[in-house]
Amino acid sequence: MFATFILALREAGLPASITEYLTLLRAMKEGVAEYSVEDFYYLSRAALVKDERHLDRFDRVFGEVFKGLEPPEGDLSQALPEDWLRKLAEKLLTEEEKAAIKSAGGFEALMELLKQRLKEQKGRHQGGNKWIGTAGTSPFGAYGYNPEGVRIGQDESRHRRAVKVWDKREFRDLDDNVEIGTRNMKLALRRLRRFARQGAATELDLPDTIRATANNAGTLDLKLVPERHNTVKVLLLLDIGGSMDDHVRVSEELFSAARSEFKHLEHFYFHNCPYERLWRNNRRRRESEISTFEVLRTYGPDYKLIFVGDASMSPYEIVQPGGSVEHWNEEPGTIWMNRLNGHFRRSAWLNPMPEETWGYYSSIGLMRQLMEGRMFPLTLGGIEAMTRELSR
Amino acid sequence: MAGFKSTETYIASRDLEVAVNAAVALQRPLLVKGEPGTGKTVLAHEVAKALGYPLIEWHIKSTTKAQQGLYEYDAVSRLRDGQLGDPRVHDISNYIVRGKLWDAFDADQPVVLLIDEIDKADIEFPNDLLLELDRMQFFVYETRQTVVAKHRPIVIITSNNEKELPDAFLRRCFFHYIRFPDRETMERIVHAHFPNIRQDLAREALNVFFQIRGVQELKKKPATSELLDWLKLLMIEDLPAEVLRSQDPKVAIPPLYGALLKNEQDVHLFERLAFLSRRQQR
Repeated sequence: MFATFILALREAGLPASITEYLTLLRAMKEGVAEYSVEDFYYLSRAALVKDERHLDRFDRVFGEVFKGLEPPEGDLSQALPEDWLRKLAEKLLTEEEKAAIKSAGGFEALMELLKQRLKEQKGRHQGGNKWIGTAGTSPFGAYGYNPEGVRIGQDESRHRRAVKVWDKREFRDLDDNVEIGTRNMKLALRRLRRFARQGAATELDLPDTIRATANNAGTLDLKLVPERHNTVKVLLLLDIGGSMDDHVRVSEELFSAARSEFKHLEHFYFHNCPYERLWRNNRRRRESEISTFEVLRTYGPDYKLIFVGDASMSPYEIVQPGGSVEHWNEEPGTIWMNRLNGHFRRSAWLNPMPEETWGYYSSIGLMRQLMEGRMFPLTLGGIEAMTRELSR
Repeated sequence: MAGFKSTETYIASRDLEVAVNAAVALQRPLLVKGEPGTGKTVLAHEVAKALGYPLIEWHIKSTTKAQQGLYEYDAVSRLRDGQLGDPRVHDISNYIVRGKLWDAFDADQPVVLLIDEIDKADIEFPNDLLLELDRMQFFVYETRQTVVAKHRPIVIITSNNEKELPDAFLRRCFFHYIRFPDRETMERIVHAHFPNIRQDLAREALNVFFQIRGVQELKKKPATSELLDWLKLLMIEDLPAEVLRSQDPKVAIPPLYGALLKNEQDVHLFERLAFLSRRQQR
């Protein structure tokens, strides 16, 4: 009955399953929605959406399926914000080209170009410099090397036809895509747990009870011990800004997974390579700065140190005094890396760059040497390998 | 069909009503998420009241195990009783302590079961309850007895989003996200709770409240429950509405702010904002 609707939802990336679809049908049969479109919208939302971050996508699909709306150009997840494209055009095109496009219809012409490329493209492809896909140098598409690369798949539609509830898309700012997948990461990080008994004695200690009871000539003598808690301490140093912008999402996932998994989690930011200063809050960087020496003093060697960064920079930033892109550093990054690694007993580096590409960056090789090989890709497998390394 | 509707004391939006009614009709759990203080827990109380069912509450803590909701076998007291020669010791069922789920399954009439803050528990907790919530039955190993729900209870589960819940669990639930009420709804909520509040006071207080919520950097934005607490305080103190009027929270910290701002960083933030704006005015 609503099969197209479910298929459209799944196409838009909503994990609606057959079970949920059948539930919806049964609820319809029970008369929960009472033949009102608005109630049906609410009912299907309650039955099919299980995460508030998906609500916006649901609203869009609902609007399209039940009003026969044409999805925005190409694909519904590929609507581009207009002013972005304008800016892009200004940056990318030469003066003559700009003039040519202006005479040909300005912004519309640019959109035409985009549409054309979307049509030319058949199937998935990677690389190249014209088509839309991943890892290419074309200005369109995601994860490209082109510095001004546009990410197609903005959650912003330029077709704003506000009519009904689902078209208002009130949940728009919740669709941040950040936390999806953290569950898997949490499970991977779990391996790092180290249990120790702390706090009030609430659990029965069986061997001790047996011993005490035997000593007591058979009269029961209960012995209790404190419950086991996760006592692992983690210090997270995150690279932020610059080339890390491409990896913000996966870093955020890792951060939020780690945050809820470890009670003793401390984090600081650095840029490219840690030097004499770190900071805790990137937005208020100046106020939250802290000397790296103080970090070394404050957090004991039992903290497990995890760097998160792409380690992609000029090698000078690691080996030269004054090599930092941001300030004059008296001592080179190597000294700071050695200090950090020397202080903390266990440390590792998580790198969001794909492992195959590590060989192409000399700075990654340098960092890997400084970490004595303990660099792992920021993937589920990599995190697991890292936890094994850290808990050895 | 008769169902759950907004009551005099609880203002529910239409989408919430539909979600509750769907959960009641299909006897499936309803998962409710939303900002803290938007009435997730209160919802269960109101549903129980509206349907005339008793409410069984199960509050989850970080140490709660799924098994505790079913039953626990108290081996230690049995051991002790055995040593003291208590005749009760021969029947193992004397030492089975029932959990909240058992209570709900065993009730002679349908009940509303609230599983509050499920995200506080261990990450595997929801998985351990899958079958129990799906079939509404479980097996007691010690007594070889299967407990089947006499009437399928209406299960309402709240979550504050501290942990992500497993897909298999989500698939079995209806879901509702309580959005933060807009001003109009908020006025209705205020009037539902304080029917004889002075109009001017309510209006000014709401102005201040929404201005405070508009400040981006707040660590914990005040929610409905904070607003209601604050209004109660304002009414007890019997403050004139003028005190609140034209008081941009960025210029001066509102009176009795302790009810609205719950940590010292936020209070500091407001003090700093007030200081900055006074300096600008000069």
